[in-house]
Formats: sequence, structure tokens, C-alpha cells
Amino acid sequence: MDETYIVDDPSTSTFRVHRRSMVDDGVLAAERDQIFDQVWLYLGHESEVAAPGDFVTRDVAGRSLVLCRDDAGQVRVWLNSCTHRGASVCREARGHSRFLTCFYHAWSFNLAGELIALPDDAAYGENFDRSVLALVTPPRVDTYRGFVFVSFNASVEPLVDYLAGAREYLDLVCDQSDTDMVILAGTQEYSIKANWKLLVENSIDGYHAMSTHATYMDYLMTAMRKAAEETGYQLGAPDLSGAAFDLGNGHAVIEYNAPWARPVARWLPPLDPALQDPIAARRAELVARYGEERARRICDTSRNLLIFPNLIVNDIMAVTVRAFEPVTPSLMHVRAWELAPLDEDRRLHEVRLDNFLTFLGPGGLATPDDVEALECCQRGFSSWRELPWSDISRGMAQPRPGITDELQMRVFWRRWNELMGGTPQEAAGAARLRVVAER
Amino acid sequence: MTVHAPMSRTQAEDFLYDEADLLDGWKLDEWLALCSDDVVYEIPATTLPDGSANSSLFLVPDDRFMLESRVKRLLSRSAHAENPRSRTRRLITNVRVGTTDDGQVALRSSFYVLRFRNDEMHHYVGTYQHRLRPTADGLRITYRRATLDTDSLRHSGGKVSILL
Repeated sequence: MDETYIVDDPSTSTFRVHRRSMVDDGVLAAERDQIFDQVWLYLGHESEVAAPGDFVTRDVAGRSLVLCRDDAGQVRVWLNSCTHRGASVCREARGHSRFLTCFYHAWSFNLAGELIALPDDAAYGENFDRSVLALVTPPRVDTYRGFVFVSFNASVEPLVDYLAGAREYLDLVCDQSDTDMVILAGTQEYSIKANWKLLVENSIDGYHAMSTHATYMDYLMTAMRKAAEETGYQLGAPDLSGAAFDLGNGHAVIEYNAPWARPVARWLPPLDPALQDPIAARRAELVARYGEERARRICDTSRNLLIFPNLIVNDIMAVTVRAFEPVTPSLMHVRAWELAPLDEDRRLHEVRLDNFLTFLGPGGLATPDDVEALECCQRGFSSWRELPWSDISRGMAQPRPGITDELQMRVFWRRWNELMGGTPQEAAGAARLRVVAER
Repeated sequence: MTVHAPMSRTQAEDFLYDEADLLDGWKLDEWLALCSDDVVYEIPATTLPDGSANSSLFLVPDDRFMLESRVKRLLSRSAHAENPRSRTRRLITNVRVGTTDDGQVALRSSFYVLRFRNDEMHHYVGTYQHRLRPTADGLRITYRRATLDTDSLRHSGGKVSILL
């Protein structure tokens, strides 16, 4: 990469990102080669294919893939392309089938990938070996606590090493349940006319909450006050304290206290007072299993987790899993799911569903305004030649950056820059040439 | 078999057209007054049009309080996705009239809602289901479900920022 895209100088608390990185076709092509084709990418969750024969099709890094569970119960990932002449072997978004059949010439594969039937195979002669024409899996497939990842780089590090410090935070999310965390039926499929990296920033940005989401905060506070008045509950002042952490390999998290109730296991108005008992019981179970401190984190704190480059797991008033892909420099496709405990009290489960949709998703009270904000940024980038730099330095001078600072975005951008082959540059006039890590 | 319809198709169309007119005109408080205290307004996920809001992920699952919050938000200057407001045009057709077991009017209709903003056109196409309860003050909406035909919101500006 010849251009300088990042100016990173802790000595002057300067961090800038060049806006060309948000608009340029060449940058996107390099991102595909040097990021998306190199690292681990989230494909889906094992619970989406719970039974043998279940499948979903999904595009990751521009490849059409099939995630399925074979007859033996093993989760499999296949390139959605017939080994004969290339047509899709699966044309449905999700379903259940014993076979993946390419309709073009009727080659048929089982979910373990084996080529099991084709018309008139005698014509191929006696050396024909069906086994070499089995479906092909991406170079690497691995799972962590039900999250299925793929990599198109055969020599990528093991998934657990790649996840680095993000494992601890995925564990905190998954430990909500002593059975399994599962993806609920229903996907929010939408798009944003903005560069994909803007959604990375937005998904872990505490600074915009009070300005962009004023109408959500108004809804939440009104609901809480109304319910507190009805039940005589004394509301404390909203606590939004928290911190941002660099988890390694470009992953980052903000962990914080928030004013909302959490089905695991934090009762607050406007939840029904009848739910206090099941929530207290849930909490006691978690304390018994994990001890007071870890249980407190699982129950009380919210976290917005970025797993580099494009997976977000936000464990807030409910848990959302969100993955997105660039289509062009100014268009991304987004998918969002809800993750929930498999065997949850039915009433808590309904609260969880309700909680999720007040804030999250393209029909919620908050996400449409995020879409608007990102599209406004993208429109603003039309003047990138005259106004080339965005400022992401907030909190750089703080010893312990908070959730309304921007450390978590700098973590992303530093890793992005490293993979793109960029050399971190000092701000003009800075005396030192060596870039010092922030933490 | 002919099911006795509680209202004529013309009367049903008049109701739906008046409702559409209020929504297109951003007269959202007047529209809210047409809804009962126990109203449910919902939009299922595009990937699961037959889903139930009690068990699967939706786009919108509003009760009366949430719907009031949505209207309050949309009428404020802080609903950024609708400030400045979009212009919309609701085309409603294929209206059918039936009844429910508890004596309400059940309407099914097809909608094509066009949304214009920033010189872009967004499309929402699908089916409305209305349940209307006769009251002394006229018909009140107790249930209103908008089920989209599209696979995703990618033709719909990536969001449902209006009352669909």
C-alpha cells in the first residue's frame, strides 16, 4: 500500500484515518485480498443447523457457502458449487434435505459432501473416481462455542489463537446459559449505503449513544419511570461507567454498566415485578456456578464486542450477532440474528425478544438512525480530496479510555493498517519516529 | 360457501384508504387514535414471514406503549432517519373482508408503499392484515401486521423507518 491511511501518534494524541480508505475501489480490492481472504470470518452458528439434514446458504467474503449438518451429526461447510461444471448445489436460503443436488446435470451429493449419484456415470470410463469429485470445503473451518468460522487462508493461525482476548468475552456471553446459546429463527437482512468499516466503528461506539439515540433513551427512561411509579421502585441515577479494551489481533470490546434490564439476570423496571423471582433464581444459579464476580459481569454489565474484521456480538438488553460484508466501497450487506439461551423461562424469553427489538434492528427505535448516520458519513466522504482526514483520537490522552472514547476503533484501524501493509505515520511535526503502543 | 361479511368491500377500502392518507400525511397522532389500547402492530422478519413474535426475531413487535413511543419519536426532530421526513405513497389493493371468532372485522389487503428521500426510491411490498373492533366511536385497530414479500430490506433503504 503506497498511500498513508493512518496517522497514529500517541505523543501528541493524534489519530487520523484517511477518508480515501472509505471510497476507493482499489482499497476495497486490497481489503478483499489482504484481510477477508487471510483471516477467520464468521459464517454462522451451529444451532442454525440443529438437526442432521438442516442447511443454510450464506455468502462470506464473496463466496457462496452451504452450512449444514450431515447424517452423522457433524457440522459441514461446502462451497456452493458443483464439482462438475460449477452450478450451485443449493438454491434455497435455508431448509432441510438429505442431498444437495445440482439441477443442471443432476449430480447429487450427500451432506457429508460425497458424490453419490449422477446420470450415466458409465460414460466416464473405468478410471472414474467419484471420491475426487466430492464437494469442496473452505481451506479452514473451525468452531468456538457454537460460532462457526471459515478461513480461505490454509495457513491461518488456529481459531482459538486468532480469537485471542475475545474468547473471554464470547465466554461471558455463552456462559449465560448452562445448556446452549442458540440463534433464534428469523434473520434481519438489510443493507447500508456506506463503507463496511463505518459499521465496525458504529457498533462499538459509546460516544454516539446519547446524541444519535436520544429518542431511544427517551423511550427507555419514560418506560422505566412509568413502571417505577406504578411499583414504588426507587430508580437510581443511570450509570454508564465502563472501559474499552484491546483484545489483540484487532478485536476490541467496550464493557459497561447500562440503564437497561437484562433477561440474564438483572431485573429493573419496566420489567414485570413478577419476573423478579425467576431473575433472582437465575442469578443465584450463575453465582453458584461462577462465583460472585464473574456472575456479576455476566448478569449486570453490557458489552459490545468486535471480532476482527466484521463480526459484532453485542450483549446489551439482549444479545445480537451481526456480520456484514462490503459489496462496493459505499454499500454493505448486513445480517443480524438474536442469540438466546435454549432453555430459558418462557416469560424471560419474551422479554428478551421484546428488549431486542425496542433498540435493535432495522425496524427498532435506534438502528434506523445508525443507518442514517453512516449514510450521512458516506455522503460526506464525497469531499475526501478536500477534507481527507477523520479524527479518531478521542480519549488517547486518557490512562484508561472509557466507552465514549475511541480506543476500540483505533484497535481496529491499527490491525487494518497492519494487514493492508501500511506504515503507521507520525503526525506532521512530531519528533519521534517510533510508534508506541497506546496501552 | 358465502361468509357473511360484516362490512362491504367498499367500506373496508374506505377505512384502509383513510388510514393510508393519515400515514402518508404524517398525521400520526390521528392515526394512533384509530388504534385500541390493546393494539398490536408487527412486522415479521423478511426471512420468516409466518413467524410469531413470541418465539422468533421480528422487525417490529409493538404494543400500545411502544407504538406511542414510535409515534412520539417520529414526530420529534430527533428521529434522524426521518428528518427531514420522507414522502410516501401507499397503494392498497386486493382487499378482502372477513370476521374473527370474537366478532371483529378481519381485513387482508396488498400494499405497495413507496418511500422517497434524498432522491432515492425505496419499495415496501406485501400483505396487510387488520383486525378492527367495532366501538361506539367507530372501528378501532386491534391488530395490524405488515408482512413483506421481499427477501431482505435491501430494496427498502435498509430499514423500516416509517410506520409501514
